[in-house]
Amino acid sequence: MSEQTKNFWAGVRAELPLLIGVFPFGMIYGALALNAGLDKLASQMMSSIVFAGSSQFVTTQLVHEAAPGFVIILTIAVVNLRHMLYSASLAPYLASLSTRWKVLLSYLLTDEAYAPSIVKYERDGVTPQAHWFLFGAGLALWTNWQISTALGIFLGTAIPESWSLDFALPLTFIAMVVPVLKNRPAIAAAVSAGVVALVAYSLPFRLGLILAALVGIAVGTFLEGRKSSEETL
Amino acid sequence: MNIWLVMLFGGLITFGMRFSFIYLFGKLHVSETLRKALHYVPPAVLSAIIFPEIFLRDRQLDLSLDNQRLLAGLVAVIVAYLTKNTLITILAGMLALLLLQVLL
Repeated sequence: MSEQTKNFWAGVRAELPLLIGVFPFGMIYGALALNAGLDKLASQMMSSIVFAGSSQFVTTQLVHEAAPGFVIILTIAVVNLRHMLYSASLAPYLASLSTRWKVLLSYLLTDEAYAPSIVKYERDGVTPQAHWFLFGAGLALWTNWQISTALGIFLGTAIPESWSLDFALPLTFIAMVVPVLKNRPAIAAAVSAGVVALVAYSLPFRLGLILAALVGIAVGTFLEGRKSSEETL
Repeated sequence: MNIWLVMLFGGLITFGMRFSFIYLFGKLHVSETLRKALHYVPPAVLSAIIFPEIFLRDRQLDLSLDNQRLLAGLVAVIVAYLTKNTLITILAGMLALLLLQVLL
């Protein structure tokens, strides 16, 4: 098996547990979009044109409330701000790729594709074919999102809530974050971000998440800086 | 405004943000501090997603033993620490939640 194929399927495999958690969300989105008054084609196409779960949920809500178009666009932009963080975080590992690859991988860059990929890259470093991992993870999620949206549009939300499939999502993130917590700055970054996320949860547009992430990053960087300046003294 | 235009602009902006640093990196000077800071994006972002999912119930902080997702999440943290295995961690967490739902 070539390096490309190996990396691609490793990415798909790493994405599988996340797909379980995302699938019910895709169906709920599809059902809600129809409910909000979007036609079937628009409901489906939003999943490939915007391709960002939480902003799609907010959009259906705003369409339902007949909000003006520019308000919806602005809301999508703010809800999706966190993708800039993912872009910055992955950028060093994708620097040598062609613009075509960068465009493709950027389009596929979601929370769920970012998480397994950055964890892999930070752990193993990157080989010349490592971008196939992100491509595999991203494409698996993209396919899953299109199919679950379609099923939601045509069948409604067929998965009972009591199955708690959505819980697979935080569980997968737990499985990914715990091995990353190798030193005090990383642990402090995680805990401070988590606490701020709780305190700031009621902020609109998922701004709590951004604020939490920025605080966590600042805490981790500060502690690392202090540690290394102690070492040089 | 037409919903297709809204989706188009919303999609373009979202893509632009995803593409932003991936495109600019290498074209801009990135300071050492910023490079260091980027390594804290994964633990910070992932925790910021996880904490509300397990500590909040109906948008309220719930630290009681009735919060099944918190207990199941803690099981997952311990299993993740011991095994470093994604699949086992998820299975343990789902099983813990299932048992708590049946037993409590």
